[in-house]
Amino acid sequence: MSKQEQHWEKTRGLLFMTLAIWFVFSIGIFLFGAEMNEVGGPFGYPLTYWFTCQGSLGIFVILIFWFANRQEKIDEEFGFSERGDD
Amino acid sequence: MIKGNFIDNLPKVYGIYTGGFLAFIIIMAIGEQMGMTSKAIGICFVAFTVAIYAIIGYLSRTAQADAYYVAGRQVPTVFNGMATAADWMSGASFVAMAGGIYFKGYGYMALLVGWTGGYVLVASLLAPYLRKFGCYTVPDFIGTRYGGNLSRFLAVVVLTVASFTYVTAQINATGTIASVALDIPFQYAVYVGLISILLCSMLGGMRGVTWTQVAQYIVLIIAYLLPVFWISNKMGAGFFPHFMLADEVARIGDLEQQFGFVANSKENLAMVPKGLAGITKAHSAVNATPWAFISLALAMMMGTASLPHVMMRYFTTPSVKAARKSVGWSLFFIFLLYSSAPMLATLSKLSLIDPSLPTGIIGKSIAEVQAIDWYQNWNQANLMFISDFNGNGTLELNEFFMGGKAVVLATPEIAGLPYVISGLVAAGGMAAAMSTADGLILAIANAISHDVYYKIIDPKAETAKRLVVARVLLVVIGFAGATIAALEIQGILGSVIWAFDFAMSGLFFPLVLGVWWKRANKEGACAGMALGLLSGLGYLIWVRNGGSGFLGITQLTFGIFGSAVSLVAMVVVSLMTSAPNAATQRMVDDVRVPAGKSVIGKN
Repeated sequence: MSKQEQHWEKTRGLLFMTLAIWFVFSIGIFLFGAEMNEVGGPFGYPLTYWFTCQGSLGIFVILIFWFANRQEKIDEEFGFSERGDD
Repeated sequence: MIKGNFIDNLPKVYGIYTGGFLAFIIIMAIGEQMGMTSKAIGICFVAFTVAIYAIIGYLSRTAQADAYYVAGRQVPTVFNGMATAADWMSGASFVAMAGGIYFKGYGYMALLVGWTGGYVLVASLLAPYLRKFGCYTVPDFIGTRYGGNLSRFLAVVVLTVASFTYVTAQINATGTIASVALDIPFQYAVYVGLISILLCSMLGGMRGVTWTQVAQYIVLIIAYLLPVFWISNKMGAGFFPHFMLADEVARIGDLEQQFGFVANSKENLAMVPKGLAGITKAHSAVNATPWAFISLALAMMMGTASLPHVMMRYFTTPSVKAARKSVGWSLFFIFLLYSSAPMLATLSKLSLIDPSLPTGIIGKSIAEVQAIDWYQNWNQANLMFISDFNGNGTLELNEFFMGGKAVVLATPEIAGLPYVISGLVAAGGMAAAMSTADGLILAIANAISHDVYYKIIDPKAETAKRLVVARVLLVVIGFAGATIAALEIQGILGSVIWAFDFAMSGLFFPLVLGVWWKRANKEGACAGMALGLLSGLGYLIWVRNGGSGFLGITQLTFGIFGSAVSLVAMVVVSLMTSAPNAATQRMVDDVRVPAGKSVIGKN
């Protein structure tokens, strides 16, 4: 397998992982919205309510930064990262 | 001042700007103490901020295509994040979102999840790859990746339908705010709004829009957060509302139990002015089916990843790496406002319905409420209404009605904050609506000038001529949008949601598969865009005219149907026709590697 194919393989793997986490917090948990709301969440808000106000939103922010760092590592590993600054 | 030197000095420049704006707020507050009228304060806020944006727009003027279309590709990650956040958060987000949460609760909050979750798709599926591609516009990517003028043209069509639907709502919002703050009729205020918008974008194109959007973000976030924190502290609800409102949320739940949701008769509701609503849904309980929630969130997420005015912001970063990070910063800056909207809705609702608070009006006598100053003001502005339906002389929960905008616009006054805050909120709403309108008008004008005029009609046109065409289009599209906005045919929020559905119907799969599926070809992409957009539009028209719909897909989520048709059409037609040629396949390989030169263009 060429270097480029390996790089793409890893990139795709990271994509699937990212989308899996995204799926859980944007779709998965809301399948059980009514049940989950009976449980107390962070800061004392009902759990589903908290996810819609802050939880899912904040997790998405962290997820994107995590994804960006992982992808950068993959690019560096194969020497495909760009020279220069941000 | 504006070149390389300017980029290095960005934190300083915007630091001084923020300090100046805060000083301006304080001067206005002093002015209020010294007897400045509320009208004068409103005019000062709107006029001062718009003048600043116009100056930034003028300083960013340019005669280079690279600067005009993609801000010279040198916008640092964090600042691009701010600009994207302003680009993204429209007048609807600013003025109507807290109101939507206030009235509809959980079912509406699918929009919060959808409008943030979409950025995960932007970061992982599209933005870095389109940045590597080095295109000027989204149709530029489609046209080069798939080849042929037809695919390019279809992408321009989808972009125009989606963005134009969106932009009329934004110009409408600038008009609404300008008409209130400047006290002029709406039909004229719309054009005042339009001229302000064009001042930011006409001379500098994307460069001008970028630096005004950063300035607008700073104004809008201060204007949104300051009242939320102030109100929360004034009510004694908590120093940091986001972490401390659990008791208030629970208290609203108790009050809902105590009052009960009494349904009003049709005759009674007919007396309520159009556009106002009562509290009929639980505040924090789950009040929508899983599919209703998920389908709306999903439609907004896929729409986010297809809207060209957002995507093109990531063409302006210096590198692919920076584009990825910049998406994270964008969402962080959006998160600051979105996570505050439910808090504002909670504070607003509790302060109105809790009889134990001095501002609570439920349970008071009708005559007493009618005598309150702020009630009279907002009643006159057609945003509040009470009526003694059951004739007992006391205001019940089901006898109190409010407009969605009032949650943001009226809560500061109800909570007893000085008028300067209301002026600030008007400036913030104006900034939100202007920044989004700018991004949208520029997206349309750039697509038509670059993709239709330069790439299809006159490929030999010189830069100067291209930029003249781009600017003329900017003005024409702006005026077309303002003319339609002046007719006031749709509500702000409805048309915003439609724009997402149109964009995802036509563009989501052609964009995503362009990067992630090498076998996707021209015929497939054209079929995907054309059939996706047409089927989405058809479904919308059908449901609007009394059609029953299927699978619970409503007029707000018709993009789910459109994009499904688009996916099937694209895959089937691609597989039935020949694979893309070797050059195209190589191009896709190139896009997937961050290092090296961009696929098209010089940098």
